Amino acid sequence: MPQIFRRSANTTSKLSLAGLLILVGGLIFTAIVVARSSYVTRAHEFVEQPVQFSHRHHVKDDGIDCRYCHTSVETSPFAGIPPTKTCMNCHSQIWAQAPILEPIRVSFREDRPVRWIRVHDLPDFVYFNHSIHVKKGMGCETCHGRIDEMPLTLQENTLQMEWCVNCHRNPENYVRPRSEIYTMGYKPPVPQSVIGAQLVKEYGIRGNTSCSTCHR
Amino acid sequence: MTQPIDIQSLRTRLEGSRGREYWRSLEAVSETPEFKEFLHREFPQNASEWLDPVGRRGFLKLMGASLTLAGVSACTRQPDEAIVPYVRQPEELVPGKPLFYATAMPFAGAGIGLLVENHEGRPTKIEGNPDHPTSRGATDLFAQASILDLYDPDRSQTITHLGEIRTFEAFAGALKEVLTGQQSSRGSGLRILSETVTSPTLNAQIDELLGRFPQAKWVQWEPFSRHNAREGSRLAFGEYVDAQYAIDKADVVLSLDSDFLCAGGNGLSHARAFASRRRLEGDKAAFIRLYAVESSPSNTGTKADHRLPLRASEIEAFARAVAAQVGVTAAGETAAPAAAQNWMAALVKDLQAARGRSLVIAGDSQPPVVHALAHAMNEALGNVGATVSYTQTAEARPINQVEALRELVGEMNAGTVSFLLILGGNPVYTAPADLKFTEALGKVGLRAHVGLHQDETAAQCHWHVPQAHYLESWSDVRAADGTVSIIQPLIAPLYGGRSFHEVVAALSESGPRPAYDLLRAFWNGEGVAPRQPVTAPAGRGVAAPAPAPAPAAARGAQPAAAAPPAASTFDRDWRRWLHDGVMPNTAFAPRPVTVQANAIAGAPASPRGQGLDVVFLPDPSVYDGRFANNAWLQELPKSLTKLTWDNAALVGPATAARLNLVSGDVVELKQGNNSIRIPVWINPGHAADTVTVHLGYGRTRAGRVGNGTGVNVNPLRSTAAPHILTGVELTKTGDSYELACTQDHWSLEGRNIVRVGTREQFEQDRDFVKKMEHLPLSKVTMLTQEFKYDGYAWGMAIDQNVCTGCNSCVVACQAENNVPVVGKSQVLNGREMHWLRVDRYYTGEIDNPDTYHQPMPCQQCESAPCEVVCPVSATVHSDEGLNDMVYNRCVGTRYCSNNCPYKVRRFNFLLYSDWNTQSLWPLRNPDVTVRSRGVMEKCTYCVQRINHARVAAKLEDRRIQDGEVLTACQSACPTNAIVFGDINDPNSRVSQLKKSPLNYPLLAELNTRPRTTYLAVVRNPNTELEPTPAAAGDGEGH
Repeated sequence: MPQIFRRSANTTSKLSLAGLLILVGGLIFTAIVVARSSYVTRAHEFVEQPVQFSHRHHVKDDGIDCRYCHTSVETSPFAGIPPTKTCMNCHSQIWAQAPILEPIRVSFREDRPVRWIRVHDLPDFVYFNHSIHVKKGMGCETCHGRIDEMPLTLQENTLQMEWCVNCHRNPENYVRPRSEIYTMGYKPPVPQSVIGAQLVKEYGIRGNTSCSTCHR
Repeated sequence: MTQPIDIQSLRTRLEGSRGREYWRSLEAVSETPEFKEFLHREFPQNASEWLDPVGRRGFLKLMGASLTLAGVSACTRQPDEAIVPYVRQPEELVPGKPLFYATAMPFAGAGIGLLVENHEGRPTKIEGNPDHPTSRGATDLFAQASILDLYDPDRSQTITHLGEIRTFEAFAGALKEVLTGQQSSRGSGLRILSETVTSPTLNAQIDELLGRFPQAKWVQWEPFSRHNAREGSRLAFGEYVDAQYAIDKADVVLSLDSDFLCAGGNGLSHARAFASRRRLEGDKAAFIRLYAVESSPSNTGTKADHRLPLRASEIEAFARAVAAQVGVTAAGETAAPAAAQNWMAALVKDLQAARGRSLVIAGDSQPPVVHALAHAMNEALGNVGATVSYTQTAEARPINQVEALRELVGEMNAGTVSFLLILGGNPVYTAPADLKFTEALGKVGLRAHVGLHQDETAAQCHWHVPQAHYLESWSDVRAADGTVSIIQPLIAPLYGGRSFHEVVAALSESGPRPAYDLLRAFWNGEGVAPRQPVTAPAGRGVAAPAPAPAPAAARGAQPAAAAPPAASTFDRDWRRWLHDGVMPNTAFAPRPVTVQANAIAGAPASPRGQGLDVVFLPDPSVYDGRFANNAWLQELPKSLTKLTWDNAALVGPATAARLNLVSGDVVELKQGNNSIRIPVWINPGHAADTVTVHLGYGRTRAGRVGNGTGVNVNPLRSTAAPHILTGVELTKTGDSYELACTQDHWSLEGRNIVRVGTREQFEQDRDFVKKMEHLPLSKVTMLTQEFKYDGYAWGMAIDQNVCTGCNSCVVACQAENNVPVVGKSQVLNGREMHWLRVDRYYTGEIDNPDTYHQPMPCQQCESAPCEVVCPVSATVHSDEGLNDMVYNRCVGTRYCSNNCPYKVRRFNFLLYSDWNTQSLWPLRNPDVTVRSRGVMEKCTYCVQRINHARVAAKLEDRRIQDGEVLTACQSACPTNAIVFGDINDPNSRVSQLKKSPLNYPLLAELNTRPRTTYLAVVRNPNTELEPTPAAAGDGEGH
């Protein structure tokens, strides 16, 4: 009985097997890359807001402390988005007629809240608490990046679980003294490897990684 | 339908059983195939099968499509989410942190003090107010579930006139017109029909109105008002008074068909007082003993040391016999019912031995003379002033509601009523059938209804005004002991509802006025009618303007002389009343009353029933129908029958055997021309020849949840016999009806799940509970290595000795944890979602078994069988010993549930959470994920509360204090049966309880080492009635 396949068929079949593996591997790789990409995580993406608020201007140029607006960051799970009243504290006096601030004035006048778009949007099954992170020496910058250099606020990190757990497992790499929480561009006075371990001990950081810490 | 159960063979089987046997249902004893399936399968067969009419091909197509789309959805981006801050942020409000406000819930003639959790202006969860005398921090199931009523999408939303939308001004104008017309006749055609009013301000408002229209009348009607108790007190003392029981001071209590531990405005405080005398801590000698004589099994009866089922109409004879023997001369006939003969001597001896420390309590369904006899017995036993005292009634205007309603209907039929204002309630549904209320109502010229729903009554009225829910309105209410609470709103009216105050104010000369102003004016001593001369309202009992005392010190204090507080101190007092939720020193002072023996002697003995007795009771879940549209309550397995979504005619096994009935048979109950068709449910322990039916079902205009559930039993009810109807015929119709009962769902297989001993047994051998462990401990462990708990280790101890099975924990858990309801058909498939269930076990003869309640949350095993089988690590051990459930990881294999010996895991077979009804969104607890379909879920020990406490403690650099974390079930519990805390702390309450010799883990032989453990029941029987078993080892479950 003659051979149905020629000898070269061996090569073809080997190649196509390898090709299939590469294809599947490639698909998996692509899926992993896509899942971590800014397209999915929305990191580094500008968000259109009702008023294009500039953190850079307010933080860097004006030197306003984070807590002037984000009042509950030390006491509540939610850092707090300032009520229109907070904007109007200053803007009833300065830039009181600026056209860009019209939505703010309308909101104040008509008692209708401004609908901002959330930049850092965690999934609904994740429960994050600002107050405890501030208490344990996590600087704003660690998660939110150089807010003082963002004319338009964007999400600096992926906010994926991998990223959260990275710090929960190794808090000593990120912790800073409580006096430096709100500092932008903080540089550890001594190497982080030294001060980190020391602060973890001093602040009693346990880097809780039980699921129910964040999921419930 | 299930196989009929042969009751005679059951009896034989139970008698032949060695030692004590605990069973959950008649099906379990007879080991029907259905029960075995419940026992051996993770879920009953129907639960995990696809029963909906989709073929296999269609199903596969759908699956294929969803798999593909699921893959695609992984790459989708989250949609934009708005973040909406305040314009001007209110003071004290920190976004992300809930605030708690004190208020009170008016319910069936009494108020319960509450603290309501409020997230950024939306109330989400109700807790009891620890400073309130009848709450003490606990709530009943109705208070827990009332939050769902607030957000009920079927609430009426607009003022209507003949079905057309109108404004409140138009309604007020119409009222004005009516009043002008009534001016000349001094209100002779004006009638107000309300529910029992315990609001001092509303009472003053109506009084003011009646002052201007002396011919007008105000009628109060509730289908289960305490009118027998009221008439009983009038019979005994010549005036209406309320009995206030000090159960914690009693050693021997006799309940005459009374469910005093659960029902009534004082149920919560009674239960707490009772529990304080049941706990085996401290002085064991002072252990309360409860005798219960009852027709329909009640939660109080399940806690009795001796329980005697008697047909409803025989309880009076029993009461007379006991009364005669304890020295009440007026008792008359003294022949006790035959069934009670061997009880009498021991009971009377016990009562007399405890003179001044005994207590007799009559139930609300018993006729007035039984109440009068109870009062006389308490006097004869020297209990007045010791365990019972008498005060004025909580409602300002106690009336004989049945008589008043009858009179009103007479006037309506005579055509003399030209305007009827119905303030709440649903008389078209609840009025006894013989009154033909609907017909009479049609003869009233103008009818207006104020209520939460466009219900049966609203449909018969010209005007309908949506009522503001109590969480939306300002009001005030008296608790059962007289303490006044200001009801403050937690949210602005969702649908522009109006409170009764506002509606009645629209009838006043000064016209509509906000309830807030009215309340302040009333309590400031200005009265509710500004144009009237200022007089202090009678019976206010407000404290003199002394410096506001601390609430704890004020509790139980006697009222000071009424004097209007000076204006300068009023604001301060007002703020304190709102903050504390109670007005200090407003509890009623005891009133000296004496029993008029002649009046009682003159009361004719009620005839003993022929045929069957029918007892009408409010439904344990939906009450008199007012909660019929509350899905939490509809799906709540009723404490003793475990029925959901329906009512049934409860009969005892003896009667069922005699009449050849099986559960689910539809029967006709007939008396005279009145009849109803209702399915039967065989209830172990139910008195023979008595049928219990519950009002509250068969509503036609309740809403999307309540319509068409159950049977309306009202057609059988009459003003002559609103509570106990005698001479009823029962005939089988041959039909049967499927009742959704959960009693065999989640059945455990094992020995000694419930452990019970007697006080003597305990005193002889403190370790008797441990000795009930027969099986060797399994060597199997799920642990590869021991977990270490350096910080906290959470644990729970549940004291079955004090648990009354009242179900408030189940509803509290549902409210706290966003637990969905599934509906009747899904319950029938065994898919109910309750994270916490209360298992009810019987032991003994089926005609009068002992009943035990066992709340079953997740046992949070140390060596958890669920954890090791999860292929995706969706259930894992936390460093504090919780079995964490991670919804976002769960793929729904259900292996964990299959491996759980306690059957506490629940699977979302379908999308049970209502994601579409917008009015329900604000109800959800924002701290707990709303689960979707295909996800396993279970009790988390309220991990959200633990996390909040942990953060709060860390922010203050301290450890979590004992008692700082209360799980939802624990905080709702009236008897403190559930104790939660850190078992690493040897001084915590839970650690102390776990050291008790009564403490035992369930199914310990499996070596799961559950964190939830149980305290065994220790009964306190009278040795004359129940000799201590000689042989040790009683309590074996073989």
